[in-house]
Amino acid sequence: MRFAAGTPVRVKRDFPELRGPCHIRTPHYLRGLDGVVERPLGAFPNPEDLAFARPAPRVPLYHVRFAQPGLFNEGAAGDTLLVEIFEHWLEPREDA
Amino acid sequence: MAAPPGPESIALLERFVAALKAQGVVTEEEIAEQIARTDRASPEIGARMVARAWTDPAYRELLLRDGSAAAEQMGVSMAGAPPLGVLEDTDTLHHLVVCTLCSCYPRMVLGYPPHWYKSAAYRARAVRDPRGVLAEWGTVLPDGMELRVVDSTADYRWMVLPQRPAGTEGWDETRLASLVTRDALVGVTLPMVAERAAA
Amino acid sequence: MQDDAPPPATHDLGGAPRFRCTPVEPDDAAPPDAFGKRVDALRQLLARKGLMSVDELRRGVEAIPEAEYHALGYYERWLRSISGIMVEKGVVPAEALKP
Repeated sequence: MRFAAGTPVRVKRDFPELRGPCHIRTPHYLRGLDGVVERPLGAFPNPEDLAFARPAPRVPLYHVRFAQPGLFNEGAAGDTLLVEIFEHWLEPREDA
Repeated sequence: MAAPPGPESIALLERFVAALKAQGVVTEEEIAEQIARTDRASPEIGARMVARAWTDPAYRELLLRDGSAAAEQMGVSMAGAPPLGVLEDTDTLHHLVVCTLCSCYPRMVLGYPPHWYKSAAYRARAVRDPRGVLAEWGTVLPDGMELRVVDSTADYRWMVLPQRPAGTEGWDETRLASLVTRDALVGVTLPMVAERAAA
Repeated sequence: MQDDAPPPATHDLGGAPRFRCTPVEPDDAAPPDAFGKRVDALRQLLARKGLMSVDELRRGVEAIPEAEYHALGYYERWLRSISGIMVEKGVVPAEALKP
């Protein structure tokens, strides 16, 4: 497990959809956005492999919190979003 | 409402089931048993869990720490099911659950998801305009309450533990459970005591 | 969401502008019709027998072209997916599903 609760993280700005058939559980609207790890949720077989019946190594999963108005520039100040994101989709924020 | 399936889909299902039976993969009895098993799960289970958490601090602690174990304690078999996570509402925080990518839903304790939960409109709007979505249920959060949208994207299934409404002091679990609807367990409504009977 | 990002996949609906003004119909009984229950049961049985995962179900649903995705009902999408995956894995012959 790489990230403790409270770690500032960034969702990778990657679009594997452009590279061919895939199954991605990181919503498009979060790619490239900044959040904070709320808590680790354990490790689970990677759905990107399970979807193609490939051997699926376990990957740590995190609940990551985002500011809701920052997602689409609408919504109420102070509202938040919590999303399960796998570790390989997260990078530490050097600037934080 | 969900539209009925088209004739092509009905025919495809018939051919598919016939093919599975011909290959010895499933039997009609297994299908009937599976439907019966799925039908047994309903929001009444989640409502009983919430009512118990409102009256039993030890159960509340278990529910928040290990939702699956708390469900098992209520007689729900969680074998093979995804882990159940429970989101605790407070005086200053309210949770709303959505699955923008498909329709992840805590079926073990809520039963089948309703049509609206699976609809494109709910999935698109709950993360973008969550207070507007709540308004469609007539739900308005008190001033100063943070709304936390939970996009259910991976291995957990999430249920909301709403706050116990005022005016329910001394109620037993059965009466409390009657206040907890499916929609409150998803977070689109708040449990309420019907103080004003319809005129 | 960034302006220069490629468009999301059809199923990846969070924030989709197309549905911004579509109302959510709040009142709805949850249990599906007989067709839906049957498809739902098959999906669970095939998973319990180790023949397919829920992730494969999703991958199959996600492969449905956009126009059909929105035209088909929820369990019609599931049926497309699971029947296609059972053919792909050789569990049932492709000819058996043809009209």
